[in-house]
Amino acid sequence: MINRQFHTVVPHNRALGLEIAELGDGDARMRLPYSPDLVGNPDTGVLHGGAITSLMDACCGAAVFMRLTMPVPIATLDLRIDYLRPADPGRDVLAHASCFRITRNVAFVRGVAYHDDEDDPVAAAAGTFMLATSPGRTRSKP
Amino acid sequence: MSKPLIDLIAEAKRDNQPGRLTEAVPYARFMGLSMHHVAGELLGRLTYADMLVGNPALPALHGGAIGALLESTAIFQLLWEAETVVLPKTIGITVEYLRSGRPVDTWARGILTRQGRRVANVRVEAWQDDRVRPIAIAHSHFLIVPGPDGEEGASA
Repeated sequence: MINRQFHTVVPHNRALGLEIAELGDGDARMRLPYSPDLVGNPDTGVLHGGAITSLMDACCGAAVFMRLTMPVPIATLDLRIDYLRPADPGRDVLAHASCFRITRNVAFVRGVAYHDDEDDPVAAAAGTFMLATSPGRTRSKP
Repeated sequence: MSKPLIDLIAEAKRDNQPGRLTEAVPYARFMGLSMHHVAGELLGRLTYADMLVGNPALPALHGGAIGALLESTAIFQLLWEAETVVLPKTIGITVEYLRSGRPVDTWARGILTRQGRRVANVRVEAWQDDRVRPIAIAHSHFLIVPGPDGEEGASA
C-alpha cells in the first residue's frame, strides 16, 4: 500500500525498483534490489555509485517525511556520500536513514547503506533538505 | 564475455570516441547517460526520460539522477584526462543542489582540480538550458591506485 503510493509518486524510484522496507518516526529503511541494469563496472558486477546515491537520496527524503506532521514538498539541498567499501555483486542494498534535526526550513539527515549489518556499511550519507513553507509543520518532540 | 572495461576505455581514448565510454557501462545505458565532445570540451549528458523524475508535481528530476550524472561525468573526465591503469574508485562525492532539474536534457562538465599519486579531485557542474545557472555542483574524490587490500571505494 505504502509502496504503491511511493512508486506512483516517484517514477525514478519505480524505475530502480526501490522498495520501502520500514518506516518510523523520522526514520526510513529502503531496499534497492540488485539488477544487472544498475551495474557500473561490467568486469566485477558492482553497482554504480549513482544507484546508491538515488537510494540514499530517496531514503533520506523519506526519513524527513516521517518527521513532518503535515506533508509538504521537500528538496535536497546537499547530499554527501562516502563509499566505504564495494557493494557485493548480486546482492540487494539496504538503506537506513534518520532525520535527527528539523527546523522551520531545514531538515538534517544521516544514513547508511548496507547488506546485512548496519554496523558494516558499504556507504554513509549525510544530507540536508529544504522544506516548503507552510505553517504547523514539525512534530514537537518531548 | 566482452573486453575488460579498462581496455575499452583505452581504445575509446585512442580513437577519440568518448561515446564508447558510456556504452560499456550498463547503468549509463539504463539512465541515458552519454559523453560528448562539444566545442573542444568533454561533456556528460543526461537525456531526459520520464523515469528520471523524482517529483512529478513540479515536475523535477530525481536528486539521485542528477547525482549519477555528476559522478559519471567526473569519472569519465578522469578516465579521459588521467593516465590510469585501474578504474578510479569513488571515495566520496558531495552534491549541492542549486535549482530543481526541469524535465529536459541536463549537461555536465568535470574539471580535474588535482591529481595526486593516489587521489584525484574532480569538480563537476550540471546545467540545463543556461550554463551560467547550474542546477547542481559536486565535489568528488577518487582513488586511482589499487588499494592495499583492493577494498576502498565502491564504484567503478
